[in-house]
Amino acid sequence: MYLPDFEYYAPDSVQEACKLKAEFGPRAMFFSGGTDIMHKMKIGTLAPEILISLKNLEALKKIEYVPGKGVVIGARATHNDLVNSEILHKKYMSVSEAAHQMAANQVRNIGTVGGNLINAVPSADLPPILMALDASVKLVGTKGERVIPLEELFTGVCKTCCCDDEILTEIIIPDQKMTGSTYIKFGLRRSGALAVAGVAVAVEVDKDVIKDARIVLGAVYITPKRAIESEKFLIGEKISDELLAEAGKISCTECKPISDMRGSAEYRQNLVEVLTKRALRKAIDKGHV
Amino acid sequence: MSNASIIGKDGVKRYLITITVNGDPHSKVVKANNTLTDFLRDELDLTGTKKGCELGDCGSCTVLMDGKAVNSCLILAIEADGREVTTIEGIASTAEIDILQQKFIEFGALQCGYCTPGMVMSAKALLAKNPRPTELEVRQALAGNLCRCTGYVNIVKAVLSASGQEVAHD
Ligand SMILES: Cc1cc2nc3c(=O)[nH]c(=O)nc-3n(C[C@H](O)[C@H](O)[C@H](O)COP(=O)(O)OP(=O)(O)OC[C@H]3O[C@@H](n4cnc5c(N)ncnc54)[C@H](O)[C@@H]3O)c2cc1C
Ligand code: FES
Ligand code: FES
Repeated sequence: MYLPDFEYYAPDSVQEACKLKAEFGPRAMFFSGGTDIMHKMKIGTLAPEILISLKNLEALKKIEYVPGKGVVIGARATHNDLVNSEILHKKYMSVSEAAHQMAANQVRNIGTVGGNLINAVPSADLPPILMALDASVKLVGTKGERVIPLEELFTGVCKTCCCDDEILTEIIIPDQKMTGSTYIKFGLRRSGALAVAGVAVAVEVDKDVIKDARIVLGAVYITPKRAIESEKFLIGEKISDELLAEAGKISCTECKPISDMRGSAEYRQNLVEVLTKRALRKAIDKGHV
Repeated sequence: MSNASIIGKDGVKRYLITITVNGDPHSKVVKANNTLTDFLRDELDLTGTKKGCELGDCGSCTVLMDGKAVNSCLILAIEADGREVTTIEGIASTAEIDILQQKFIEFGALQCGYCTPGMVMSAKALLAKNPRPTELEVRQALAGNLCRCTGYVNIVKAVLSASGQEVAHD
């Protein structure tokens, strides 16, 4: 399996990378870990003329806590950087746990969180939990920078609103009132399988009442999808098994899955119902985000 | 900084890269589309690193890059410029094979052997980080290495035994 020829640049700064991309236009692509790009180039569905590597942008590998802002994850952090981050262990274990469910060790050492978001496949594992935690992303381009809610990044299957010359530089998880969160992925094998469906949940629980909830469904819509009706239904209610089961039923009316080799639409809808219920229970019982 | 480059007779650019492989720096002029697997196998004749799926699924191309297990088929050689790579050829000393290799032999943890270099490299990365792993941790570390012959049982035993833990032979 050989790759087509292309030119390669490895700029030293975000600004320089954006300038190159603006100059070359759609002939060029940013290259981060390359796990998605290499795959597509090998099977022949992608043939960029120019790759602009982000490998020298070391600053984008950091994971840090910035008081007043939140946990800032550099877009070049690998999945295993998330798995092993002490800051995430302390603040958002659920993000580390979600990353640990991705691919296998070797891919987790290469693939990056920025690539996972910009690649924007509906089954991607990181968007649901990050959206449940109300994360936003910073996009830097030749015309300046902007910070948008992660939810607004995704516009369709493999489509985002990240403009041509923009680099996703960081993901920001704000300080939370949420008391518990989790992501449950259902794959056809325990390892190395993409999600047939995935549900992420964050809840704020006070005694036995749900004060706030965010539910995000993965692999069952053209983008990761908030289950808004289900969230509304839960807020202010007293926790019971019946309540969570009903929330699961509502969630499954809020997705629009397709049938493919991993599962039928009906099966995915059933999964959403069950996974929503289980994820809510887990997030409630867990008592940490 | 972008790499020094020249344009070949075919009009395609070549780039100067230096990768330290098994302790020795190797400088070569390569096309950007050269994968790390091909660099090791074709440029350096280190054919211990195998090609299976070439898509990141099977792990037979596993090497260590700066100590971490990676699929060399998913990495461009030029992306590894300036990095340290260890292959299966680099883990034994001249006089002695590595403890993992010894244990793979002792436990019959290979049949055709095609997956073995990748298995050993994944196990090597695991033991460097976690010298006494549990069986679950071994299985998780090897989850990206597929073996179509052995059924994994003896591979897991070999790794546990290499970590100095008591393991029953059957
Ligand atoms: C064997 C295998 C198993 C996998 N398993 C899973 C899995 O279980 N779950 C899962 O979610 N994914 C999985 N993936 C997909 C993939 O690993 C992830 O999506 C990964 O996070 C992509 O990141 P990358 O850095 O490799 O992206 P790249 O391939 O470098 O880039 C992907 C896309 O994002 C763009 N891009 C990358 N970084 C930036 C940036 N900072 N700013 C702007 N644009 C950018 C690129 O231009 C490209 O369009 C798997 C892939 C393989 C090969
Ligand atoms: S050859 Fe690289 S993972 Fe299969
Ligand atoms: S020994 Fe044959 S593939 Fe593993």
